[in-house]
Amino acid sequence: MNKPLPGTGSGGRFVRLAETARPALRLVIDGAPATALEGDTLLVALLTNGRRVRTSEFGDGTRAGFCLMGACQDCWVWTEAGQRLRACSTAVTEGMAVRTTPPASLWPVTPEVVARERGEVFK
Amino acid sequence: MSAPRIVVVGAGPAGVRAAQALVEAGVRPIVVDEGRRDGGQIYRRQPEGFTRTHALLYGSEAAKAQALHRDFDALRPHIDHRTETLAWNVTAGQLHTVHAPSGATATLDVDALIVCAGATDRLMPVPGWQHAGCYSLGAAQIALKAQACAIGSRVVFMGSGPLLYLVAAQYVKAGARVNAVLDTSSAMPTPAALRGLLQRPRLLWRGLALKASLRLAGVKLMNAVTPLQIDATPDGGVSAVVVRDAHGNERRFDCDAVALGWHLRAESQLADLARCEFAFEPLSRQWLPRIDACGRSSTAGVYLAGDGARLLGADGAEAAGRLAALAALHDLAHERGRTLFAAEQSALQRTLATMNGFREGLAQAFPWPHEHAAALPHDTVVCRCEAITAGELRRSVRELGSQEVNRSKAFSRVGMGRCQGRYCGHAAAEIVAAAASIPVEKIGRLRSQAPVKPLLMSAQEHE
Repeated sequence: MNKPLPGTGSGGRFVRLAETARPALRLVIDGAPATALEGDTLLVALLTNGRRVRTSEFGDGTRAGFCLMGACQDCWVWTEAGQRLRACSTAVTEGMAVRTTPPASLWPVTPEVVARERGEVFK
Repeated sequence: MSAPRIVVVGAGPAGVRAAQALVEAGVRPIVVDEGRRDGGQIYRRQPEGFTRTHALLYGSEAAKAQALHRDFDALRPHIDHRTETLAWNVTAGQLHTVHAPSGATATLDVDALIVCAGATDRLMPVPGWQHAGCYSLGAAQIALKAQACAIGSRVVFMGSGPLLYLVAAQYVKAGARVNAVLDTSSAMPTPAALRGLLQRPRLLWRGLALKASLRLAGVKLMNAVTPLQIDATPDGGVSAVVVRDAHGNERRFDCDAVALGWHLRAESQLADLARCEFAFEPLSRQWLPRIDACGRSSTAGVYLAGDGARLLGADGAEAAGRLAALAALHDLAHERGRTLFAAEQSALQRTLATMNGFREGLAQAFPWPHEHAAALPHDTVVCRCEAITAGELRRSVRELGSQEVNRSKAFSRVGMGRCQGRYCGHAAAEIVAAAASIPVEKIGRLRSQAPVKPLLMSAQEHE
């Protein structure tokens, strides 16, 4: 049985119009397995597998990239190790695993954070 | 003298032709480019492994795209090409770069810096434009050209300028569904606009043919629209575009993606950091770096070419890139460069004058609808990075007394987010100017800050 190509079904936001004969790649998005095609940017992989790239940290809903040319920085995602990637200018590689939320460890380790992690009250 | 150290920023039409002129004169330049491949945005090359032809990708511009790519391929052995590299700051005689994938930094000493940084789309906020499924017009084109994707299954194009019709027509041709093309400018250009457009009759004709092809394909085309709303939900993204038509009636177009763009804005941050002087250009209502007829900025050793300096389009960028490189060699008293400069200067300047006449026609035929910005409802998000509204900007004027855009930026944070004002800056200036009842050219210019794009905290410069 052939699974439909990502971007040709109804699940994704972007629609593939051509160049669909490229080899498939596997990746992991927020812990869930997904497929892309060799030569896809990470942004295209995210938006042929789903309808969002991330959720705005300002509480106004989902985002799905904006400029695709590295100018707006809307499409930041993170590797499992916590490295920030700009999805529109990063090529997908086999086995890549990304998170669409920033790792908590990226925040500066302030005394409040240390206290909270220890279950203490910061004074 | 020893070989001059010349760095070209950008590998689009201007940067490639600048590098080519330098190589012809016997100089080996460093070419710094953010892209993985050369071509810039307009002649962006698809990744290896894609099979569409130049004719399919670039249409009527295929021969020019192919020539640019071929000529750059021939330059490769003669230049130091640094791909995926961001030029993030300019200090006296030095350019600071970072290689994005590795984080490796470099500080380059330069005798001449030729900045061909290109442009982005120019955006006007529309209520709801911050939601998923709303893209810049350039984004819609990149999705198709570089990735063979449409941004959605039912697309509405809204804005103004030649790119609006070009990208819509490319979508139709590629098999995407385009539900409407909504233009804020009127269908009939003024006589002054027409005079400019007639400077390049072939391009004018091609534009008319594009509109005709869209109509033939059954795409709804409307002029003189007022954008009212992009219907969307925070989770589901966009679902329709609502406009007021020329007769005052509200019209709604269903869609799951919107491409927005009002012409282009120059990427002039490096020029700003190099302390080049800027001047307000009334026709396009934007600040542009001051350059002379050869591309010299007001800062010695800094040359500006392409859409990052004057929005002349790709053909103009090729001529401006070559001229700026030859001017740089001339100024450095480079013998072969001086000969080439003397031989070609007038012809290149004549070409640029024609391109500029056409640009003026375009700016008049497809004006930036600044009055929309002034009239945006208070709750419209202006800064889509940080969800800051038009009302907050107006508050910076009316309650906090700001009479200047950089002050309004400090009060509201509009222009401080991820995009650093690229997509909100022009509209924000119009909103502040209208709220303060001051002409937009007197409200100040958003200052650029280094780094011109966010760097990783781990990036370190070494002495």
